Amino acid sequence: MAISFEPAENSLRARDFYHELATEHMRPISRKYDTQEHDLPVEWVDHYWNHVRDNTPANDGPSDGFVQVCIQAEELCWGDAGLYLRSPTAALGGSAVSAAGTPEQKERFLKPFRGKGQPIWGAMAITEANAGSDSAAIETTAELDEETGEYLLNGTKIFCTAGEGASQVEGGFVVVWATVDKSAGRGGIKSFVVPAGTPGMKLVGLEKKLGIRVSDTATLVFEDCRVPAANLLGRAEVKKKDPKKSGDKGFKGAMATFDASRPIVAAMAVGVGRASLDFLKEELERQGVTIRYDAPPREQTALERDVIEMEAELQAARLLTWRAASMMNRGKPNSLEASMAKAKAGLSVTRITQKAVELLGPLGYSRKLLVEKWMRDAKINDIYEGTQQINQLIVARRILEYASSMLR
Amino acid sequence: MIDFEPTEEQQLIIETVQAFAQNEIRPRARDAEESAKCPSEVLSAAHELGLVANALPEEFGGGGERSAVTGVLIAEELAWGDLALALGILAPSLAALPVLDFGTDEQKQEILPASIERPVAPTTLALVEPRFDFDPFRPTTSAKSDGGDFIIDGSKCMVPWLEGVESVLVSAADAQGAQLFQVPCDAPGLKIAPDDYMGIRALPTISLTLEGVRVSGNARVGAAQGCDHAALVNRGRVGLAALAVGVSRAAFELSRDYAKERHAFGVPIATKQAIAFKLADMAIEIDGLRMLTWEAAWKLDAGDDVTREAALAIDQARRVALQVADGSVQVFGGHGYVREYLPELLLRNARGFASFEALTLI
Repeated sequence: MAISFEPAENSLRARDFYHELATEHMRPISRKYDTQEHDLPVEWVDHYWNHVRDNTPANDGPSDGFVQVCIQAEELCWGDAGLYLRSPTAALGGSAVSAAGTPEQKERFLKPFRGKGQPIWGAMAITEANAGSDSAAIETTAELDEETGEYLLNGTKIFCTAGEGASQVEGGFVVVWATVDKSAGRGGIKSFVVPAGTPGMKLVGLEKKLGIRVSDTATLVFEDCRVPAANLLGRAEVKKKDPKKSGDKGFKGAMATFDASRPIVAAMAVGVGRASLDFLKEELERQGVTIRYDAPPREQTALERDVIEMEAELQAARLLTWRAASMMNRGKPNSLEASMAKAKAGLSVTRITQKAVELLGPLGYSRKLLVEKWMRDAKINDIYEGTQQINQLIVARRILEYASSMLR
Repeated sequence: MIDFEPTEEQQLIIETVQAFAQNEIRPRARDAEESAKCPSEVLSAAHELGLVANALPEEFGGGGERSAVTGVLIAEELAWGDLALALGILAPSLAALPVLDFGTDEQKQEILPASIERPVAPTTLALVEPRFDFDPFRPTTSAKSDGGDFIIDGSKCMVPWLEGVESVLVSAADAQGAQLFQVPCDAPGLKIAPDDYMGIRALPTISLTLEGVRVSGNARVGAAQGCDHAALVNRGRVGLAALAVGVSRAAFELSRDYAKERHAFGVPIATKQAIAFKLADMAIEIDGLRMLTWEAAWKLDAGDDVTREAALAIDQARRVALQVADGSVQVFGGHGYVREYLPELLLRNARGFASFEALTLI
């Protein structure tokens, strides 16, 4: 292998396929479900479940592997980031099961997502009111009932993406983080698969948000919610804190799922940013304004310079994302690169979409068009899956070779 | 397939050039800057490595391994050592590559072997003009056809002028647009004066004034066909972006190491988020710039028009290099401002990317 920026054939096919899907099936309903916040986007969900899954391009021949997943995420979020998040998939819950589950657990929880019947969702519930970026501070408990061999979950989870679908529609599931032993700190944190409809898991609300309004961001309450011990992902035993050794391997393992998810979130961000930039450039073209890449800076208009900077920022973010993804293909540790991509993409698309609204004047600000929506949708990328600051912190610790105790 | 790993051969080249930059270039950077001299022993030692020669065809004595991607990998490592000396080392590319790409057989015979044999090429390139609205794609210097000859008028600056230069390729607009003309140093009407810049002081550069300089029709690179001047500017921009990555990486690494050493309030200043986040941003921006540079170089190797990619890369390079170099002065505090340390030099060099064009070609 060598440095190459040429996507594999099947990545190009996938890109075309998802681009058409985004154009034909997402964009036309974008505004409707932004306005009708919390309504289930039935057209999209049905189409995705009944047609998209059966018709995705075959992955034969050489593959870009994880980079292709990023290309897919970019295209679909170019279409609509909220609808992408509301697609009936196992999502992050599925990633957790894939990463830490036994073969039996994978079969049990993931197989329904390959089946027919009604659309279903998976989700992951981590965040709590007092534990956002500091996810080791979670207070939700999981207590083993020795008699029944079940765990009793108690606590409240907020900001659970796809939480409505995953908790309510039979066949889906929510992966919940809870502590089995508070005294063990991070070592006591385990994740549990809670099937939709499990008694004691209640959907108590959906957030009204700045953007990605069609995405169901749920608050879930767990009250003596019983799950069999067989639903615990990973090992049951708790490694107590050992001053000589880090006793939080389980937690670190859970954090490692972010190495896989952050490049995807970065790619999603790039998709939203590109939507704005594409629209801006098309509008400029309609008005006879062309971007002169070969004009000296002193002759370029402020508009041209802004567009060139936006394009450079977007492309840098995209390439950092692909780099982090390609390292996964090679089985290389990528937590530094994944955080770099996420930090760069989150910040640059926030700026790009905000700039697009500015440059387009009333067209940018208008709710008759989608640019203002993209600006609202983009901002979440600088917040979830690790805020800008959390990712800077991770990058800083890695480049300085500091443990978290050295740089807080 | 998308991939970001250099080949084993490229990895070996990176390691070799990195060692050279560390052992031969960096230790001489400050003295070279203060004395405004490009040490000939560095040029000779670099010549032994064949960094430019390797890209030129075997029939002229080169290695026959042309690759813009390899070129940017080399440029980054050299500039990590020192920008001015890197420019001196890579200066043979300035005449060799345009002549290789566009020259007549005769021009190739004259210029290529000479660019390979000696540490300092006998021909250099004059592109930049001393005006705020200079446009590298459309020089104001003119070449008017007169019988079979050309009459050249105009002025140039930032021309690398190492000892032994015999002729200069001057970019000038003729009836076909921007072209290159080989002008001997002793041509009547050609005046030379030394430049004096804020940075890259170890690289001798000159300003040229051309008043009715007459050259023969054979002096035009590519004769009747001419050259793709825009492609040349783009190659220069990709090269400069790679050099900017090297300068930025040097500034970042110095800041990182200093921040871990320097204690304030009883702890290393790197343990403070204000410093740590600045360093994190530097690292992220440098990697983003490197990716843009690699992509542009890869497209050059694929034979694509890279005008847009080169513009994006140089746009980022100008911004990132300045931001990172400024950050390094800030992290060093007062020590960043004194000439005992490198950040102040890096800041002066970094600001130059806004003015540089075609000081090396990839």
